[in-house]
Amino acid sequence: MRPSELGHRSFARHQAVSGWRYGVLVTTTAPGRRSGQATTIALKLLMAVTGLVFVGYVLLHMYGNLWAFSGQQAFDEYAHHLRELLTPMLPYGGLLWILRVVLVASLVGHAAAAFALWARAAKAREQRYAVKKAVTATLASRTMRWGGVALLAFVIFHILHLTTHTINPGGDPESPYLRLVGSFQVWWVAVIYLLAMLALGMHIRHGAFSMLQTLGLTDNRRRYRISHAVGLVLAIVIAGGFALVPLGVLLGIVTT
Amino acid sequence: MNLTLKIWRQPNGSAAGEMVTYPITDVSEDMSFLEMLDVLNERLTAEGQEPVAFDSDCREGICGMCGLMINGVAHGPEVTTTCQLHMRSFSDGDVVTIEPWRASGFPVLRDLAVDRSAFDRIIDAGGYVSVNTGAAPDAHASPVPKENADRAFDAATCISCGACVAACPNGSASLFLGAKITHLAELPQGQAERYTRVLNMVHQHDLEGFGGCTNIGECTAVCPKEIPQDVIATLNKDMRHALWHRV
Amino acid sequence: MATNENEAPHGTAMGASSDPVGQAEELAPAEVANENPSQGAAAGVTAPVSSPVADPADHDDAAGYYTTGDPLADTSAPAGPIERRWTERVFNAKLVNPANRRRLSVIVVGTGLAGSSAAATLGEAGYHVDAFFYQDSPRRAHSIAAQGGINAAKNYKEDGDSVYRLFYDTVKGGDYRARESNVYRLAEVSANIIDQCVAQGVPFAREYGGLLDNRSFGGVQVSRTFYARGQTGQQLLIGAYQALERQVAAGTVKTHARHEMLELVVVDGKARGIVTRDMVTGEIETHLADAVVLASGGYGNVFFLSTNAMGCNVTAAWRAHRKGAHFANPCYTQIHPTCIPVSGEHQSKLTLMSESLRNDGRIWVPKNAEDCDKDPREIPEEDRDYYLERIYPSFGNLVPRDIASRQAKNMCDEGRGVGPMVGDQRRGVYLDFAEAIERMGRSAVEAKYGNLFDMYARITGEDPYATPMRIYPAVHYTMGGLWVDYDLQSSIPGLFVAGEANFSDHGANRLGASALMQGLADGYFVLPNTIRDYLADGPFPKVSEDDPEVRAARANVQERIDHFLSVNGSRSVDSFHRELGHIMWEYCGMERSAEGLRTAIEKIRALREEFWRDVRVLGTNDSLNQALERAGRVADFFELGELMCIDALHRRESCGGHFRAESQTPEGEALRDDENFAYVAAWEWGGESGAPILHKEELEYEFIEMKQRSYK
Repeated sequence: MRPSELGHRSFARHQAVSGWRYGVLVTTTAPGRRSGQATTIALKLLMAVTGLVFVGYVLLHMYGNLWAFSGQQAFDEYAHHLRELLTPMLPYGGLLWILRVVLVASLVGHAAAAFALWARAAKAREQRYAVKKAVTATLASRTMRWGGVALLAFVIFHILHLTTHTINPGGDPESPYLRLVGSFQVWWVAVIYLLAMLALGMHIRHGAFSMLQTLGLTDNRRRYRISHAVGLVLAIVIAGGFALVPLGVLLGIVTT
Repeated sequence: MNLTLKIWRQPNGSAAGEMVTYPITDVSEDMSFLEMLDVLNERLTAEGQEPVAFDSDCREGICGMCGLMINGVAHGPEVTTTCQLHMRSFSDGDVVTIEPWRASGFPVLRDLAVDRSAFDRIIDAGGYVSVNTGAAPDAHASPVPKENADRAFDAATCISCGACVAACPNGSASLFLGAKITHLAELPQGQAERYTRVLNMVHQHDLEGFGGCTNIGECTAVCPKEIPQDVIATLNKDMRHALWHRV
Repeated sequence: MATNENEAPHGTAMGASSDPVGQAEELAPAEVANENPSQGAAAGVTAPVSSPVADPADHDDAAGYYTTGDPLADTSAPAGPIERRWTERVFNAKLVNPANRRRLSVIVVGTGLAGSSAAATLGEAGYHVDAFFYQDSPRRAHSIAAQGGINAAKNYKEDGDSVYRLFYDTVKGGDYRARESNVYRLAEVSANIIDQCVAQGVPFAREYGGLLDNRSFGGVQVSRTFYARGQTGQQLLIGAYQALERQVAAGTVKTHARHEMLELVVVDGKARGIVTRDMVTGEIETHLADAVVLASGGYGNVFFLSTNAMGCNVTAAWRAHRKGAHFANPCYTQIHPTCIPVSGEHQSKLTLMSESLRNDGRIWVPKNAEDCDKDPREIPEEDRDYYLERIYPSFGNLVPRDIASRQAKNMCDEGRGVGPMVGDQRRGVYLDFAEAIERMGRSAVEAKYGNLFDMYARITGEDPYATPMRIYPAVHYTMGGLWVDYDLQSSIPGLFVAGEANFSDHGANRLGASALMQGLADGYFVLPNTIRDYLADGPFPKVSEDDPEVRAARANVQERIDHFLSVNGSRSVDSFHRELGHIMWEYCGMERSAEGLRTAIEKIRALREEFWRDVRVLGTNDSLNQALERAGRVADFFELGELMCIDALHRRESCGGHFRAESQTPEGEALRDDENFAYVAAWEWGGESGAPILHKEELEYEFIEMKQRSYK
């Protein structure tokens, strides 16, 4: 039996029972509220909320990175302060750990929902078209899934590189500033980061708009247009801001 | 003009299908697309081949019965229904690929005709106002601000053709669903059942095997009634509200 | 009437409408042949007219084509004051105990406005309802294509409207060929329809204050038409469809999509079920019930080209007719003058444009036939024949639609039609806005008619701002249908007929915005009240599938299908249908003459014989086979077409949508003959080889005086 048949039959039966149970004249159709937690829209809402966490985080992260333009001392102090924030209420680095937990949880939620929706979409069209054109879809919107996978791969690389120090293409100095600049002086590391920022920009370009739409904040044409603009601005600001540092290193503006 | 048609032929829902090529000559640019297929069918009949099955009824763009995937675009190159598409949108020598709507929720019945009863079942799940005949108050009992009435109308113009599903890379029926949710959510008559309606209709939408929305906008781009994306925002908003208040 | 139409305001009284697109459409069918009572005198209404024929018995044009049966009377309508009749009928109709309702089953065929609303309402009451339709969803029935609006005697504008005035206008518009009782009831329940629809969430147009907007429609002087832009039919049908789906969810109604009714089952003289074909699997199914409701729409597709949907057909009604249901006034057809013309032999359907276009456009054809293929802009003014302005100097382009239609045909018959050659002639006349654009400015024309111009451009590929539009008349509504009494019960007990499928309320001509009103009145309010009087005697003895009547009905369906699939002739179904349509249009269209009708009958008979012998239907029964579906429908159209011609032939008068060349004034106006033809012609099936039998139901006017309409 196809899933839709299954759905229909159980649904019809449910309704009929509730209709007849209460007597002959019963034509009220109050089937009771159905669970909505596993629906596509619930999954989308999960993606929207976790996406919002990421947007907030990358905005702060990008802001922090720009300290690189103020030199080694400023940057290293900033990195140090991050770990001291809210101490002594929290232990040294405590806030970062809280952030990491929130981020990992968001990542798990975001990715799990994305893969679930991806699977549903694939199942929703098992027989593909011989010819199919995209009429209006932007490149950004069409590359959300593979772009997301690419970003996931980048995040792993990024953590191995700058958090766990597992990969050390530019040497392994103590100073975060020197580590950063040293890495970007290796051309292919800078290229990886720049490409990742392009992917991030595209992901945010559609993702931020999509988040506002999924949260239902775009329910008139004016807000709908504004949301598209918000997506574009966030994408340029975040991806552009991040890209400034490797570009600055490559151009010799930021040096050791 | 002369064209080469590549048409999906499938004898019935359980049989395998294939693309079959038919040259067609002397097509007048004044023909509608479906009239061009009528002419092909007359010719096939004369040659002893079974005509191509496709759905159409009113042929004036309102009943929603017709719908073909033409060269990869739902309803073809103009933003209108397939029945209102005319051959002047094509040129001599064109190769035209014609496929049925492809979605697991719309199984093929034969050739280009699909079963869209899933849409009826989504409406069954709550796309109505529960008022028995004779139980209505006077029509002027509850005024509706004009902007709400207009937005309700814009959403209610959906003809249920299924082009949104056909065009959606995710096979989602969110535009159809959002249109009905918005139509009833904008009116005072729709308030009493507003949040149970959205839960039950979304639930049924998923049961029918349609995918989730990724806000790409392909649906609106091919919608013959140009239903805007913001109806999906209303759907999402109502669903968020329903989920929040349930949790 | 013409004066009224002239005043049909375009864009007035719609200050609140923010919808320039919809405006023109909403005003669309000015299908009026009515005048305001107070206006009658001014318009020169004359007293009842003397018969053009001294003794019709000597001049029975159709003698030999039919036999006469007993007179018929509607015995179910109460007498007495007209405003009390419906209340009395509702009170006197027997009630069904709520506990019994679930044991009673009703079949509803068709899910347009009448069918959906009836099925939903009967489901709400607790009956078991099975609804059948040939489309893939109930919401696709052709009611959805109605543009203009729906009349209701709400008098929200306080402009002198009332139930009585709507009643009066409708009777008069129907050219005094409708029953007073039925029409009064229609007007009476009209207000409830609006309440019901609003409660369902039908998004009618509203004013800024949030209340419903109304407009004057089709020339009447009161604003009683409710509308939802140019898509009123769609919105009303969606309302009824949602009510229906709600009952599907409640388990009271079961829908049967892509099922076509092919036979009526009559057992012991009562309608007890139908035989259907599942159009996907080909399965022949029997469905039995306590009563059957036909709401299967009109039969305009007998003309092949009409504004009806491709699938609209007469089969359900015709199979019932063959089983004993009388068919009333089949010749009454409404023809609309401003449709987009046929562009070639491939044409499959015609599209209506608002008649309001005639308010500003000028209609003409070239004076000389040799100019007909020229670019119209190059034809000088002196070589143009503004024929309506010439023949009817006082009303010009605003003459009533039947005259406008007929004269367009005359021009084309003279060889002065324009546009592409279709068959043996050019079928179109110019509707020219050049002068209007000059006078009002292009932007004013665009604001008023923009959406119509766009639609025209999309279909024809021509720019109507630059070159004149071409128009031609098309069939779009049939007033005739199965005969029903006041209870909407046909001459077969237990068979009820609602909406366009019955003949009841529009007489010989239907007013604009009244079709939607009638469909919903029948389905929501009339039928559910009258059918209970019949069902109260049920449940009726169980009928088994092995009952000889049931088996015979199934065998008959199977036999027809087997025949079509085995003929393997040389011509396609559509080619026969096209040819039949051509005969009907030529001889039983806008103008009918005794000689033409006799010719038509002979041609139809010959073609029908050829059809049964030489039709080609490929494929099998056990899958979706659209040629097979059409073959059955066309077979029934042949029989209906012949009856329409016989009816038109016997009715030697002109009234409403029926114009007989032999019955006109010297000016070419329709001339009614109340003395000899003030009756409903209800035809009984005379058997496969017998002639149809005419039963006359005399029409008595107790409340409204019969007057001849006049355009002078």
